[in-house]
Amino acid sequence: MPRVALFATCLVDAVSPETGVASVRLLEAAGCEVEFPAAQTCCGQPAVNSGEPEAATRLARHFVEVFEPFDAIVAPSGSCAAMVHHWYTRLLDGGWRQRAQAVADKTFELSQYLVDELGRPDLGASLGGTTVTVHDACHGLRNLGLKSSARTLLETAGAEIIEMVEPEMCCGFGGTFAVKYEEISAHLADDKLDHGAQTGARYLTSGDGACLMHLEGRRRRTGTGPECVHFAELLAGGLP
Amino acid sequence: MSGKGLVTPGPTMKARSKVAVEDPQLQAALSNLDLRLFTAGVVQAEHPEWKDRVAEIRRETLADLDGWIDKLEAKLLSLGVVVHRAATPEEARAYILGLAQREGVRRVVKSKSMATEEIDLGSALEAVGIESIETDLGEYIVQLADERPSHMITPAIHKTLGQIADVLSKEAGTELPVVREPLTAWARDKLREKFVAADMGITGANFVAADTGTIVVVTNEGNGRFCTSLPRIHVAVVPVEKVVPRFEDLGVLLPTLVMSATGAKMSNYLSMVTGPRREGEIDGPEQLHVVLLDHNRRVLLGTPYEDMLGCIRCGACLNVCPVYRTVGGHAYDSSYSGPMGKILTPLVTGGEEGRDLPFASTLCGACTEACPAEIPLADLLVRLRADLRTPGPVVVPGAQKPAPPPALPVGPVGHSDEHPRKPGEGFATAVTRITVPTRRAPWSQRRMGFDAWSRLWAHPSAYRASLRVGRLGAKALRPRAGWVQRAPLLRAWTDTRDVLVPSGPTFRERWAARERGEERW
Repeated sequence: MPRVALFATCLVDAVSPETGVASVRLLEAAGCEVEFPAAQTCCGQPAVNSGEPEAATRLARHFVEVFEPFDAIVAPSGSCAAMVHHWYTRLLDGGWRQRAQAVADKTFELSQYLVDELGRPDLGASLGGTTVTVHDACHGLRNLGLKSSARTLLETAGAEIIEMVEPEMCCGFGGTFAVKYEEISAHLADDKLDHGAQTGARYLTSGDGACLMHLEGRRRRTGTGPECVHFAELLAGGLP
Repeated sequence: MSGKGLVTPGPTMKARSKVAVEDPQLQAALSNLDLRLFTAGVVQAEHPEWKDRVAEIRRETLADLDGWIDKLEAKLLSLGVVVHRAATPEEARAYILGLAQREGVRRVVKSKSMATEEIDLGSALEAVGIESIETDLGEYIVQLADERPSHMITPAIHKTLGQIADVLSKEAGTELPVVREPLTAWARDKLREKFVAADMGITGANFVAADTGTIVVVTNEGNGRFCTSLPRIHVAVVPVEKVVPRFEDLGVLLPTLVMSATGAKMSNYLSMVTGPRREGEIDGPEQLHVVLLDHNRRVLLGTPYEDMLGCIRCGACLNVCPVYRTVGGHAYDSSYSGPMGKILTPLVTGGEEGRDLPFASTLCGACTEACPAEIPLADLLVRLRADLRTPGPVVVPGAQKPAPPPALPVGPVGHSDEHPRKPGEGFATAVTRITVPTRRAPWSQRRMGFDAWSRLWAHPSAYRASLRVGRLGAKALRPRAGWVQRAPLLRAWTDTRDVLVPSGPTFRERWAARERGEERW
């Protein structure tokens, strides 16, 4: 039985614990033994993206120390997993870089782990009659190459996927960009929600909670667009 | 940089972006054209191997840029070209103005060139009473409107057809129809008069081959050919990184440039200029001058920003950029806009301009993906955010320390066979505003904040305590949890979006409850 360490991410831990619960249920449905290393905090991405690499490096070292004992590390966020893959080896050097590379090699985004690593697209979830459109969150798409795995999970569960125009276009979240340039950020959210609405799908889903919090917050303000939900929560909702 | 008019004026990128988002004409102009369709992955899809070859050629060039510049200069001199090395825009302008005045130039025609925008040459010529006409149609339109280009390939893309008709009608002194063909025909006739009357043609260069000394100018309207063949003097302003080692390299560079820029297989016109008019030739300029512009570029060699000098100015990163597509080019208030502009502007100006630009990005990485020269644009944006932390020059790890100012004869005369360059004479690196990290640099509030935060969150107990404090704060300030429209301290978020205020247990608390058997999932 694969032993998996869940990296819940600070956002899920603090604001959307349901995504974490859903992730655990999916991993267990796939036959994994899930552990939650209690010493975990944040991957450090807010710091590196704000131009503070020293602060990010401090949290990168902490992450490596916490997670290196495990066989696999799974996060319900393409962006946080991409931080480990893309930035840790660039921030750290010497022996730390080697340790970071070893940790990155066994760090996965949730759908990537279930479909590409375990080969378990069928989790026994049933989403027959549910229509979904998928937003390809940027860092998972471009840094980890995620494109099909979340779609495979949803389709295997019986959901109907209706693709939107430009699913790979950024939703406008962008971390601190969302509050520094809120006009552009909201404009891009509206484009994404309009594209989602055009599909007629019931849900707009993605593998990154931060994008979804931004999109759902905008949807609640404007009233336009499908309900924005993490794919893990959709799938877990379909588990027996 | 130029003080030319912007359709979206404002003191900061943030202020200009707000104007841009609220400008219905601009939004109409931007949405009429699905920029992404121009270029989306054309090169990658049809010729995946080109990208690697282009990146390889660019890296080979940059690995010995000074060597290739010397080879190019020697070749140009042997062809009878006058070469001037300019360290700064001021030097480049002084040389060209001096030349124009010496030669009694009264009228200049210009082919679209980002380098001449960078040094703001057109305004400098006009300031001394020399007429300077932009001959690319889009560039001509923005010049008549007293604006700057908003896109490096399609300069007037921020204008609707109606706005363009207004601009041209004003110049024509009569009302022109709001129809593409007659508007273009009017501009064509007008520009022909300018070409015939011009004493000097000024172009940039898309590439210059070091082995043959060939200056390459890509256009779709043929205006580049007029500028390089009709006037008696041709001046090409060439940023140093435009050099390519071999003429044969153009075989992959040119189609990659054109496909990445417009999606077409090749441009309508391709002008290759190798030296001034020779004995027995019936056209071409009597004098050809090449101004090699450094402007804080060579100091970047060997640093993480060296890759940026591989840029071939195709505009693909603009076309795919969510921010560019939302606000247009004027929001950047720089010659260079879009992702490449956010990086190049603070670098070439040594941090004097565009310091806020690197932050105006979601870091989505679409630019990196689209770049045919494999420049890691998103990563460079992240690096620049750190390297612009302290006020003053850009701090670049690994940059060469500026040399002491050499006694340079920055004169009006370029180098030719009669006036050879003396050893050591060249670009004055001392003018650079790129510097190296020092320990004594003062910390910004942001840096102190992130430092404190990372120290806390590197300790699990402090992290857990901060989550508890957050929960208490949310409880105290909001009687209701869930999605709310207003929350204290979160205005920057809630001005445009509802916010989710958590109230129940954190994930780790739920995990612990499950471990204790109090909760079943």
